[in-house]
Amino acid sequence: MSILDRKLAPGFNGVDNINLIRPQQTKLANGCNIFSFNSGDQDLVRIEWVFGNLRFNPKKPLLNVAVNTMLTEGTSKLNAAQIADKIDFYGAFLQVDYGYDNSQVILYTLTKYLKTTLDVVKDVITDSVFPEKELETYVRNQQQKLQVSMRKNDFVARRIFNKALYGETIYGLGAEPEDFKSLTREDMLAHFKQMYQPSNCTIIIAGRADPEILGAVNQTFEGAWGDITLPADISQPDLEPSEERFFYSEKADALQSAIRIGTPFVTRTHPDFPALQVLNTVLGGYFGSRLMANIREDKGYTYGIGSGMTSFKQTGAFFIASEVGADVCKLAVVEIEKEINILKENLIDEKELSLVKNYMLGALLGSLENVFSHADKFKNLYFANLDYDYYDRYTQTIKTITAPELQVLANKYWDFADFYKVIVGKY
Amino acid sequence: MVKFNKFKLDNGLRVIVHEDNTTPMAVLNILYDVGARDEDPEQTGFAHLFEHLMFGGSVNIPHYDGPLQRVGGENNAFTSNDITNYYITLPSTNVETAFWLESDRMLSLAFSEKSLEVQRNVVIEEFKQRYLNQPYGDVWLKLRPMVYKSHPYRWATIGKTIKHIEDAKIEDVKAFFKKHYNPQNAIMVIGGDVKTEEVKRLAEKWFGPIPAGEKYNRDLPQEAPQHEERREIVTAKVPLNDVYIAFQMEGRMDKSYHTIELMSDILSRGNSSRLYKSLVKDKQLFSEVHAYITGSMDKGMFVLEGKPLEGISIEQAEESLWQELEKIKTEEVPADELTKVKNKTESTLVFSEMSLLDKAMNLANYELMGDADEFNHETEKFLAVTSAQIKEQANKLFRKENSSTLIYLAEGVEEPKAVVTE
Repeated sequence: MSILDRKLAPGFNGVDNINLIRPQQTKLANGCNIFSFNSGDQDLVRIEWVFGNLRFNPKKPLLNVAVNTMLTEGTSKLNAAQIADKIDFYGAFLQVDYGYDNSQVILYTLTKYLKTTLDVVKDVITDSVFPEKELETYVRNQQQKLQVSMRKNDFVARRIFNKALYGETIYGLGAEPEDFKSLTREDMLAHFKQMYQPSNCTIIIAGRADPEILGAVNQTFEGAWGDITLPADISQPDLEPSEERFFYSEKADALQSAIRIGTPFVTRTHPDFPALQVLNTVLGGYFGSRLMANIREDKGYTYGIGSGMTSFKQTGAFFIASEVGADVCKLAVVEIEKEINILKENLIDEKELSLVKNYMLGALLGSLENVFSHADKFKNLYFANLDYDYYDRYTQTIKTITAPELQVLANKYWDFADFYKVIVGKY
Repeated sequence: MVKFNKFKLDNGLRVIVHEDNTTPMAVLNILYDVGARDEDPEQTGFAHLFEHLMFGGSVNIPHYDGPLQRVGGENNAFTSNDITNYYITLPSTNVETAFWLESDRMLSLAFSEKSLEVQRNVVIEEFKQRYLNQPYGDVWLKLRPMVYKSHPYRWATIGKTIKHIEDAKIEDVKAFFKKHYNPQNAIMVIGGDVKTEEVKRLAEKWFGPIPAGEKYNRDLPQEAPQHEERREIVTAKVPLNDVYIAFQMEGRMDKSYHTIELMSDILSRGNSSRLYKSLVKDKQLFSEVHAYITGSMDKGMFVLEGKPLEGISIEQAEESLWQELEKIKTEEVPADELTKVKNKTESTLVFSEMSLLDKAMNLANYELMGDADEFNHETEKFLAVTSAQIKEQANKLFRKENSSTLIYLAEGVEEPKAVVTE
């Protein structure tokens, strides 16, 4: 038997094939699209109802989020307590989830209880009434929660950053306590009726999506429901980026400062997007990234620092975020700038680049943990009007992109002087 | 039902294999039977600081993360008052890399001064970020010493004070490693697209040669029953008042555990729960209210927490919480309501089987408690709970002389300064 050489890493294989499960599609006569992913050993299912948000109205900025959040607060048949009782009794989970582009209703249930829980969802989606008393409770509680969030530097930094990049739009919205007061039941009902209708609805089923389950969903959501007199206007006003680039909100007793630095950016639909994700990963997209290696692992200025790219329907962003010791905030910003510029001026070392490539492919494979993840990947594509060849391009780009190409991209897209910089705490 | 195979190496390392061929990935999870409760009262936060140092290179491998990322893997770890848990996920074809990395750091660390210096700073920033620079972030630093007077649960995982972290020396790190990081004190779970025979071969190859080390015999001062009401009021720079009431309860292995967990669900799980319906919705006294248990191995905490609405006095808020507790002490939980929380628990366990990592962590945890197979019998234990048992436990727990109440009073702070631009 040979002696074990612990200094020598075992051999390894690259990730070759990423097999994405593609959905079955049905379109109901009422315009509602249904996509289903049938897989998995468990007798359970996740169903999402996705609705495009209505055009943002700066005078009534909270309608999209408030209508979505209050869907479970009462219908003409069931009050909030009855909805909660029914869902909880059957061990199901009914969630609402507001995003910048879409609002969702999500049901997790064991398939044996699907029919009963589906009826509750149908009621919620087609017949919510936003009772006055529940609205008052919602407003009061949201105002209190906002007060707590406003004491968190990272939350405040994110708000200032979004406002700077996007202005008075759905992406730039940072609610103030008085905005909640302006919510009225009438406005919410009108908004609900226009938004929650079949032609603005996409249903995504994942799990034990067998013919019986699909039949139940089809049957429940086919035919006439909602108010179809007024089409859902899901266009959005133009973005209004700020001229100012530097924002400092001082907190006298801060132990740490929140930093958020970045810029509006291309979205997933842009051909450069996959390559930029490689560049972003090198800079701050994983634990071994340059920002982490320098600012956490070498300098010890922070518990964590990272960079990321967001992609929405109308815009995207590239950003760097961290919370750093208040006394080293200026130094941390200097190091961030330094790391950005190094990527513009120097080629990425081949060894580092191949590591990042392998890491990203492994992470993609690992992100496909179960059938829900396959549905999530589909949503990334579908709501960006992309096809499955996007993931082919993505994996191909990761495998083939070169250091000189990445350097070109860094110079094309990154200009630190032009980035928005937000500091909340001490600087 | 999570199937698994189990074996033990000669050096005492317990190994569990869960074959799941629905995924191309593998998970390697190692639980070390050491947590903040095993720390010296004068060197708190050490188990967690040590967890950070486990990423600072091992005796034969200078960098831990790079070689793993190179084969498409990711890793992380967490420390609790009871355990320290490390996990790797990676494409299953590269699973041997995980064995290589984990076995080398179980064999010995590099013990570098630079790594200690940097991780001390990182942990101090973590201390600030999570405990000091957040509204209510210091609640566990205050509540734990109220509930525990002798047991080491009286300090939080992060430590009692930043000073203890600043003072950590490399000799302490070495001694801690020797005492706790050896095969006898670890449980390894490998899950995913793997075969038991191959796992056996790799485990023998990489972990087999590691010396067994000394067995750590835990002998902690147990917490005496509480006989007096405890109370503390702090004025803090927080936006809203906040009420915490903690009760001592038996540890995770006690037969009362499942009853008490369902009791916390009845009070606070979901929008159909009692506290939410009664105190947030009907009486409109709180903006939010929660009940939960810590699930500790030794004597644990049952915690009630609520933020009263503006204009509601602390007395009124506390009184309303106690009214709900009185109700569960005096009236048996109706059958429907009990069925509801049982159904929810049952479906939660089914959903948790969707995640490979969750399954691996659960198997390790149940093995630590005595037998990994108990994970497959959890549902039965919850289903067996009766209303009479809940009432009995409510009476045992919810007594003033078993309570520790911590009140945050919002200090009138200045309005945040306006955003200025340069």
